Amino acid sequence: MINYIMRRLGYMVVTMVIVAVLGYIIMELPPGSYVDAEISRLRMAGGNLAPEQIKAMYQRYGLDKPQYVQFWLWISHFVVGDFGQSYQYNMPVNQLIWGRLGLTLVFSILTLIFSWVVAIAVGVYSATHRYTIPDYLITAGQFIGLAVPNFLLALVLMVFAQNVFHMQVGGLFSSQYLNAPFSMGKFLDLLNHMWIPIVVIGASGTAWLSRVMRANLLDVLNMQYVQTARAKGLKESVVTWKHAFRNAIHPLIMVLGSSLPGIISGETIVAIVLNLPTTGPLYINALLQKDMYLAGAFLMFLALALLIGNLGADILLAWVDPRIRYE
Amino acid sequence: MAEVATPFPQVPVVEEPVSEVGQLSQWTLMRLRFARNKLAMIGLFGLVFMYLLVFLGPFVAPNEYTNQNADYIFGKPSQFTFIGPNGRLGIQPYIYQMTTKLDQATFKFVFVEDKTKKLPVNFFVKGDPIVLLGFIHTDIHLFGVSLPQRVYLIGADSIGRDIFARTLVGGQISMTVGLVGVALSLIFGSVLGTMSGYFMGLTDDIIQRTVEVISSFPTIPLWAALAAALPPVSVSFTAMDRYFLITVVLSVVGWTGLARQLRAKVMAYRSADFCQAALAAGSSDSRIIFVHMLPNAASHIIVSAALSIPYMILGETSLSFLGLGILPPMVSWGALLKDSQQVSVIVQHPWIMLPGAAVIITVLFFSFVGDGVRDAMDPYSI
Repeated sequence: MINYIMRRLGYMVVTMVIVAVLGYIIMELPPGSYVDAEISRLRMAGGNLAPEQIKAMYQRYGLDKPQYVQFWLWISHFVVGDFGQSYQYNMPVNQLIWGRLGLTLVFSILTLIFSWVVAIAVGVYSATHRYTIPDYLITAGQFIGLAVPNFLLALVLMVFAQNVFHMQVGGLFSSQYLNAPFSMGKFLDLLNHMWIPIVVIGASGTAWLSRVMRANLLDVLNMQYVQTARAKGLKESVVTWKHAFRNAIHPLIMVLGSSLPGIISGETIVAIVLNLPTTGPLYINALLQKDMYLAGAFLMFLALALLIGNLGADILLAWVDPRIRYE
Repeated sequence: MAEVATPFPQVPVVEEPVSEVGQLSQWTLMRLRFARNKLAMIGLFGLVFMYLLVFLGPFVAPNEYTNQNADYIFGKPSQFTFIGPNGRLGIQPYIYQMTTKLDQATFKFVFVEDKTKKLPVNFFVKGDPIVLLGFIHTDIHLFGVSLPQRVYLIGADSIGRDIFARTLVGGQISMTVGLVGVALSLIFGSVLGTMSGYFMGLTDDIIQRTVEVISSFPTIPLWAALAAALPPVSVSFTAMDRYFLITVVLSVVGWTGLARQLRAKVMAYRSADFCQAALAAGSSDSRIIFVHMLPNAASHIIVSAALSIPYMILGETSLSFLGLGILPPMVSWGALLKDSQQVSVIVQHPWIMLPGAAVIITVLFFSFVGDGVRDAMDPYSI
């Protein structure tokens, strides 16, 4: 097992290097750089710039060097925790990203927990009540959950909350708590603001996971050992949860790794609509403004989070299912 | 359990005439199985209807989609009534004439229906000049009221353009972007997946690592980064170029799943007898791939395509919503929904979110069809 984890970690480093190269290429794809934009802005504002001044600006950001040198400078500083300077905010990138990455992680984990709990409950219910009206309703809900773009769901919920409940949605705190010291009221207010994003981000994942759960459980419930368990007089709840469920959960853990990208993607776009201080809004804005070091750092960390999540899912699977052995 | 060799009873062989009836090809069976699936048929006919609606959009909509009506900014949907001016219920629909009034309290223009003035809504009325399907020039619309009055089925946007017309025209992009994107990812996925499984070794390693790297990026941030690299629409970079490159961006992520599945398929086929026989008979690599392997995997490829179209459509919508995909003056559903980014705007004018309904319906229909195709093609299903 330790051997396996070590080898996977080795692979991860290789993948991360390729991710870095690819990420750098993507960041360099847009024509022109921030300095070009800044120069034209300065020209608009106050006449011409001396060639020396332009040269100095390029030098300051290392843009006068060949591409591979720039890449090396970027990546060698990156691994020691210096992610470069954000042009837009005129601040080191690592002062900008940690809080937002942390919040993204919090939202992702909470969403994951939410969608797992709901998906398992709903999936087990609809599998054990197959072809009943609630099962059909759940199936319809799953189709719709997969079809609604999550930003639209966020918008609809916001309008609904505002028009029907006269509730302020968006952001993390209500205005009266924004600058208040931390208290019980502020905490409750935070929880009140967090459930909508979690439901919205988790909606499509939950719909998908509960479909997987239902199909798996139906397969397992048809097996003979389940029949045996029933035949020897066990309660139906014991048959479902202790015998069938345990064998139906494996495929769900297997797709855990692949449901993470969906959550982070969803978080990116929902955060913009709901005005959450997570990576999403800053990342998209950095892309639009061609603030490459900022966007690059976000992209790298999101990819890293996914790689770690995948590794975690594989280890969890090996732990849950002793039949799985890695040579 | 050991097999016991029992003496096989000798049955006289009866020469039965081979019947032509009941000899249905694989594809016919699949088609029949698909046709039995009600949901899938609803999806299929729904999609046909929507494509017709969208491509005849300029004619179906009562107004031209770029027509700006300064008197009808954020105008609300027209109210229909079947009670005529004479007070009797009939089959002739009418709309009330709208008048704009300044609200003295809020200093905002509000729209008031003039209940006394009813305008008959007729079929085939003269309206804005339009170009249909790129070559038919006409000014006849499917329905409408006589100019200068206008009917707005689902209201107007921030500069008084008909949202219904814009939704239909936007569908021309949104409903094709997914198809082109899937077609591209099918090409990438089939070629690379087959190569990976067939040649193995270094080729396989490189392709598999690439797949791994691409799938270790979260989808929307990766799409966004790639789309941000596209230049804005200009003389040298036309709207068509941008449309095409957006489909390329969408397929950059889309091909990886198919490549993985096909690789596994091809690896299984390699050791199958029919491929070994073809190899022994001296077939070339390309013959084995194109004649023996790909037709076998065809159903698999089609299923994968059918299931990934909804994700492509949602991807385009999300990108355009973020302002990174289709940009104005081009219209797509995502670009239309970009107007509803501010909650304060949609709370007052909820109808500007209605293009979202088109997205949901289309994606639902595509998922019905996709699920139907999967069930029909799976030979092990009941």
